[in-house]
Order: sequence, then structure tokens, then C-alpha cells
Amino acid sequence: MDLVSRLLAGDAAALARAITLVERDRPAPRDLVAAIHPHTGKARVIGVTGPPGVGKSTLVDQLAISFRQTHALVGVLAVDPSSPFTGGAILGDRVRMARSSADPGIFIRSLATRGQLGGLSQATGDAIRLMDASGRNPILVETVGAGQAEVDIMNHAHTVLVVLAPGMGDDVQAIKAGILEIGHVFAVNKADRDGADRTAAELEAMLAMAPDCGAGGWRPSVIRTIARDGRGIPELARKLDDHWDWRQSELAGWRRRQAAAELSETVEVLVGSRLREWAVKSGRWEEAVDAIVGRRLDPHRGAETLLSHYLNSCPGEGARSPTGCRTGRRRNP
Amino acid sequence: MALVEPTGAGERRSDFITVSGRPLGRCYGPVIGRDQEYVRELGDPGEYPYTRGIHPTMYRGRLWTMRQFAGFGTAEDSNARYRFLLGEGQTGLSVAFDFPTLLGYDSDHPRSEGEVGKLGVAVDTLADMEILFEGIPLDRVSTSMTINAPAAILWAMYIAVAEKQGVSRDRITGTIQNDILKEYMAQKTFVFPPRPSLRLVVDTFAFGAEEVPRWNTISISGYHIREAGATAAQELAFTLANGREYVLAGIARGLDVDEFAPRLSFFFNSHVDFLEEIAKFRAARRIWAREMRERFGATNPRSWMLRFHTQTAGCSLTAQQPENNIVRTTLQALAAVLGGTQSLHTNSMDEALALPSEDAVRLALRTQQVIALESGVANTVDPLGGSYCLETLTRQLEQEAQDYFDRVDRLGGVVPAIELGFFQREIADAAYRYQRRVEAEELAVVGVNCHAGGPPPAVNLLRVNPATEHRQVDRLQAVRRHRDDRAVERALRGVRAAARGSDNLMYPLLEAVRAYATLGEMMGVLREEFGEYREEAIF
Amino acid sequence: MDRIIRVMVAKPGLDSHDRGAKVVARAYRDAGMEVVYTGLHQTPEQIAEAAVQEDVDVLAVSILSGAHAVLVPRIISRLRERGGDDILVLAGGVIPEADVPALLEAGVTRVFGPGSRLDLIVDFTRELAGSRI
Repeated sequence: MDLVSRLLAGDAAALARAITLVERDRPAPRDLVAAIHPHTGKARVIGVTGPPGVGKSTLVDQLAISFRQTHALVGVLAVDPSSPFTGGAILGDRVRMARSSADPGIFIRSLATRGQLGGLSQATGDAIRLMDASGRNPILVETVGAGQAEVDIMNHAHTVLVVLAPGMGDDVQAIKAGILEIGHVFAVNKADRDGADRTAAELEAMLAMAPDCGAGGWRPSVIRTIARDGRGIPELARKLDDHWDWRQSELAGWRRRQAAAELSETVEVLVGSRLREWAVKSGRWEEAVDAIVGRRLDPHRGAETLLSHYLNSCPGEGARSPTGCRTGRRRNP
Repeated sequence: MALVEPTGAGERRSDFITVSGRPLGRCYGPVIGRDQEYVRELGDPGEYPYTRGIHPTMYRGRLWTMRQFAGFGTAEDSNARYRFLLGEGQTGLSVAFDFPTLLGYDSDHPRSEGEVGKLGVAVDTLADMEILFEGIPLDRVSTSMTINAPAAILWAMYIAVAEKQGVSRDRITGTIQNDILKEYMAQKTFVFPPRPSLRLVVDTFAFGAEEVPRWNTISISGYHIREAGATAAQELAFTLANGREYVLAGIARGLDVDEFAPRLSFFFNSHVDFLEEIAKFRAARRIWAREMRERFGATNPRSWMLRFHTQTAGCSLTAQQPENNIVRTTLQALAAVLGGTQSLHTNSMDEALALPSEDAVRLALRTQQVIALESGVANTVDPLGGSYCLETLTRQLEQEAQDYFDRVDRLGGVVPAIELGFFQREIADAAYRYQRRVEAEELAVVGVNCHAGGPPPAVNLLRVNPATEHRQVDRLQAVRRHRDDRAVERALRGVRAAARGSDNLMYPLLEAVRAYATLGEMMGVLREEFGEYREEAIF
Repeated sequence: MDRIIRVMVAKPGLDSHDRGAKVVARAYRDAGMEVVYTGLHQTPEQIAEAAVQEDVDVLAVSILSGAHAVLVPRIISRLRERGGDDILVLAGGVIPEADVPALLEAGVTRVFGPGSRLDLIVDFTRELAGSRI
């Protein structure tokens, strides 16, 4: 059986290999993604974000186990940062998912950001699609959690769970701007620690004051959890279910927004990489760099110049150049 | 040089004379006599802050205890090794347990497969413990047991064996390692989360103070912290930070500090850097004395004295040119003796490859005997005291430890710092830096990154009998068949009740041990009640 | 750009010695690889399943407890059952010379004993990963 049919049948090794392929080649191997796309759109995606050290992985571990009571196959994507210097990464989230990793019904995949900012890796969208096509449902996506608002998850998840913990002092204030808008459900984890009540109260006050929190009538709420021993997990899972139920009422709208966002992101990557590739091959890249260094050209002008040269270099509709500028032409009618 | 004390009473010889016939005094001090700084920073041996040693006579009074860590296979195999070692002149026992025992699994647990008797002796029930100490008089031999998460249970087994031999619990001497905090930092054989673990430790303090007065209820250990890659200053600081934490825990229970502090003992590593290691031991004594007196208000001088066991650095041993390990170990052992250790384990030359063979362990013991009996360093107390270099290193290490204490305090204490991964990160960073320095040849490892080569070693390695696991499981199942199951169930209910409440767990554990409950059964009850700890992997 | 190599560093059994595993993991990272670390006390089944899910090129098993003869072959047979037969397996730790042939026979590509240089381990791993499609 080929990779796609094995993947559609739920085979873990095929799913794992397919994720490697979409990670390795950006833009993704189009045949693979094209083949599985019709089989997607079934899974519920839950994003889990929050600052470092709040216990996101442990919470994901507990939630995955909890979802397994009602779902045959659950997916987890855990994103960790790549080193900006070497490109290497230590992917350690799995360590804190000991319960899930003892259950073959839970498929955990660790991804490195590979230079991407915003808390996810470029391949995350495709990895979610592959998990979806292979029957993993729900899919839990844990973002990097570097501290800043990781908004990209909004484009991929039906529900965004923001995790905080007490003892972060002013951090709650500092990050509130970013998290209030993206969160649908909030967990104050490590709720047995000093200051948990205060953190929860602060958060509730901020949510109450936020004028436009949770667009479309959903009111976010705060759940206290102790992920280490599982306390609060049933309540949290119920709240996530409530949000999913609410999401059904406007699922079509969400799907359009999500598709548009992904298309927009893909266009940027595709056009950017094509343009750069062409410019390097044609020698114009070095020319533009020299001009910027020589203060004859600023970077904005440089980019515009490259783009216009690129568009002009493309032959007429239908012809195919080795640099692939046909695509560029089509997308700029 | 001023002679602080001539030869005096309570010494093992009437006079000490060098190999060339020169008489050697008990201890030497500053030529110009004791000034304020000397009194404050050093003091004479046996005098606060004990920088120069905890006894006035040190090894002139009694040599350190020569205690080789040993254990493998079944209780019969290890019993034979202990009798061999005692026959060769060893003066104390030190028991190594296998991984299933350390983690509280029975030998027939699925997770134990392949591990039984491999790195230590397998103990499942009191029956194993009876065999382990058969023919060894527990009123005359002191025993150290390297056991942490299940320390209370193994100690209860030891007490029960002694009582079967007719030795009452107030007469037995020895040590349980029982230092759970460093498990989270370095050695990683934890079972329960930190808070219930600390409660169990304090239960043993209270029981020991009440019932087993000559037993060291804890051996606060830097050894494993160092083996995990820490620097000398980190080993010193983290160990003593743990010591402070145990004292706080005991005080929080309502125990009088002078009641349990004299039974706290320590365990350090002796690594390759000769002078720095000696300074570390001396700094440890000074810091501890000051902490106990100034910070905790202890008034009994025995509470101020830091007593410690030393093991030479296992991580310094090389698989290449293994004979070099004999020389390394000799230097490390000498540093421990010059640093004033109370007991000593010397590693065997083959330990980078396997558990030590009988020949190798005999040679390691001979190393201690040569230092003790031939070298002359045991014939005068703290012969290096007053060295400009050494006193400077001692002060520096003390300062670095103090800086670490401050950082730990800012994080809210040892347990929060463990939960934040502070120690783990410091240790992992140091381990990586060390390895990089070795590979960059900034640090020499003779036979590895310099003066390497030569024929591969022909070392005769110890092989643990492959039938061990089978034999051990058979015995365990036979014990389960022949015991009174109702008595076991009753005893385990008692353990559970105490675990849920606040009664001292030692009493119900002793009952369960005597009923031949297995280690796995007792630990199973505690796992259910206390939960299990999972570590965050820190890089 | 060269493709990024993915390695799993695994600690099977009850063995708690993790100094070497962590040092090697960092060396892999500093050489530009992505390293999945399993944490301590993993069963052979968990390790094999994780290696398959993570689709690593190389699985580096660190073991100092003496239980290698039982645990390592079991990891490899589980890998095969789960469709991870092309994942290459390295073993490191305290493994006596006499036990090496049996591990190689079971499917281990190479055993790194005490004192192995990090750059040697890294270079060998890179070469090995290159041979996997």
C-alpha cells in the first residue's frame, strides 16, 4: 500500500513519515497534501498556549488521556524552538507526557519551529491536516510558549486554551494584552500553589473588563487545574467541549476564516520563496544586496525592484519556466 | 612551627615516628601563635568551626572507617562478598541495591525484567535481608545502605534482622542514605513527589532519635550531584542547601534541632583536583558549623560537626588504560584523608567497565590501607592546614556556596528550586562544559585525550550470574506462598492509614516487614497514597 | 540546505543515570540536529512507539544499568512490529565488550562505550542518518 492509503487507514508509521515529508520540504510536497486534503475537516483542533513553566505539556498529557475515554485515536503536536544559531533543537515535551506516551492510541509528534516565529512551525498546518486525515481527533497543538503572544494558533485551532500559573507576578499584566484576545478557555494550573486564587481573580477581572473578549457571544472562563495529579481536568475538558458546541453554531464562518488565513500564509511563503529563488539564480539578488550596502537602494525599494523584474521576466500565460514563475503570474492577475 | 598538642591520651599509639625516626606531633599551628583570624576561620581540630577537623586527635585516635560499597546478584552472592571484605580488613559494610529495589519494585514486576541483581543486590522481603547479613554480627559491624525512596522500609528490614540476631535496635550502628532531595537534582531514583518524601524522611529522624540512637538517619549526599557533572562548588553548595532543608523540615515537625542534628551525616565525592577537593571538605565543615550554630541556634557541639563519608569519583574512571584508575583513586583517597573524612570508599580499577571483581576490590581496599598505615599522613592532624593556597581555596569555595544559598533562597527554597529545574540546569550545564573541555583538550585525561594508545586492557570482569533473576523470583514467590496473607493485609492497612494521617510510618512499616510483606507491596501502598513524581527533563 | 536530522535519545528500563544521555543530546543539538528526549524509565514498547511517531532517523539508546541484553533487542523487535524497521539504532553506556556482538546481531548499528568522543558520536550519527532515505 502506498503512503497515502496507509495514512488514511490510520497507520502510525505512515502518518509519522508523511509529517516528516511536509516538514522537510517547504512548501510542502503538493501531491501528498493534495491527496489527503479531501479527507480533512473532520477533526477538532485545540490549541494550548501560555508562558514557559506553567505546565502546558503536563496539561496536554492529561487532556489527551481524558479525550481517549471517548475517542479511539488522539493526536498531539508539540512545538519547541529551534536554536537560531545551529538550527538544532531539543524536543523535550514528550518527557512530560508520560501517560500519553504509554498509550499507542495517542500519537505525539514533536516539531521544531525551524526559524518560524509566532509559536508554531511552518509545517504545523500541514501536520494537523495529516493527523486529521489519519483519523486523529481531537488534535491538541501545544505552542512553543516563549512568553509572547503566540497568535498563529488562532488560525489553526477551533478552541484556544491559554494556560497560566501562579507565582508569575507582574507577568500576567504584561502578557494580558496578547492572551485575552486569543483565549477561549483559560486554565490556572498549579492551583495548589500560593497565589493561585489571586492569579485566577486577576484574570477573571481582566476578562470581565475586556470590551470585546471572545467574539460572537462566547464568554471565556477560568478553570483551576493541578495537571500533575489530574485535579480540575474533567472540568477543563467539559469547558472545552462547551466551546466546541458553541463553535458548531458558526463553524462555516470559522472554516472560511481559517482557510483564508492559511491561504494567505501559504501565498506569502510560496511567493517569497519563488521570488528569492529566481533572484538568486538570475544574479539580481546579489546586485540588490550590493546596492543596499552601497546606500544606492533601500531594502523596501530593493524588494519592489526584484518583484517587478520577476514579473516582467515571466513569459506569457501557460508557458512554464524552470523558475516556476508561472505560478507567480497566476497569483498576480 | 608551633606544636598545638603533643602526643596525648586517646591515641592509637603511644608515639608517632616518621620512617626516618623523627617524632611527629599531634597537630601543628601558626608559628606566631593563634590570632583572632585563626580562631574565627580555622580553630584547632575539634574546635568550632571545625575547619581543621571534628576531633582533636583525628586519625591518631582512630583511623577512618574503610567501607567498600558492594552488592550484586542475590543476597547469597552479596553476603559472600561482605564476608570476603571483612576478612580482608574492611571495617564497615556498605550495601548497594539493584534498580528494582531502589525504585520499590518487586523482582517479578514487569519493569524489573533484566535489572534484577545487576547493579546491586536484589531485596524483596525480610527473607532476603536475613540471608544478606547471615553470619555477620550486627552488634559489631556498622552498615551503610544506599537507599533513598524506600529507605524507611529497608531500614525497618535491617532492624528486624538485627532483632532476630538478638541485637536490640538501640545497639545497631550504620547509615541509611535517605537523602531524597538530591535524587530530584541528580541521582533520579525518586518515587514520590518531594513533599510526601520529606515527610517520610522526617519520620525516620523522629524514629531514630527515639529508638535507634546510634544510627545515622540520613547521609546528605553530594556524591551523586558531582557524578551528574556538577563542579566542586555546586556539589558543596547543593549538598549543604539540602542539609539546611532537612533541618528546617525537622524543626517544622516540632523536633528539637539538637535531638536529630547530631545524627545527620554527609557524603561527598573526591574528584581529580587534589587541592580543590581538600579545600571543599574543609569548607563544608566550616559552613555547616556556622549554619547550625548561627542560623539554627543549635547548642550541642555534636550538631555543629559535619561528619562525612567519601567515595572517590566514579566518573573520573576511564575504560581506556584502566590501570591508571588505581593511581587516580589513590590521589583522590589521599585528598579525602587530608580533608578529614570519617569513612572512605575507594573505587576499583575496573568500574568504568563493570561491577568490580574480587581482585580489583581487594586492591582498592589495599590503597586505603597503604595510605593509613604507610604514608604517615594519618599520624598528624590536618597537616596541610595553614597552606596559603589551601586556605584561599577554602574561603573561595565557602563564598561560592554562600552565593548559591542566596540564589536558592530567592527561588523560595530547595523544593521550589527543584520544581523550577534550577539545580538540574546548573548541573547539566556544568556536565556539558566539562565534556567540551575534555574534548578540546583543555582538561587532560591521561590515557584518553593524551598519552593514549597501547594495547587494549585485559581486565577480568565480574559477570553477574544470569540465573540471578530466576532464583530471586523463585524465592520471592515461595515467601508469598508461605506467609500469613491476612497478617500482611492487616499490616498494609496500617501502613495506608499512617500514610493518610500523620502517625510515624516507621512503626507500621516494621509490622509489615515482619509479616514478610514485599517491598513492592509496601511501596505500592505508598505510591497510591503519595502519588508518583515525574521529572521535567532539564537541559 | 541539508535536511535536518532527527534523533531520539532514549533511556530504557529503571536506569537513572542520565548525565551521558543529556550531554549527547546537547551535542546533537549543537550540531544542528533535532533531538527528541524520552526522559527516564521508559519501557521498550514506549521507546519504539515514540521513535515511530517521531519518525527519527536515528534512535540512540543510553543504558548503564546492565539490562541492555534484555531491553535493547526488545526495543528493536518492537520497532519492527510498529513499522519503524528503517530507524537506525545506536547504543551507548556501560556495555561490556563481550556483550557487543549480541547487540549488533540484534540490529544495533554501533555501540559507544565509556569515554567515546562526542564529535565521533555526532559524525557517525550524521553519516548514518544520511544513509536513511
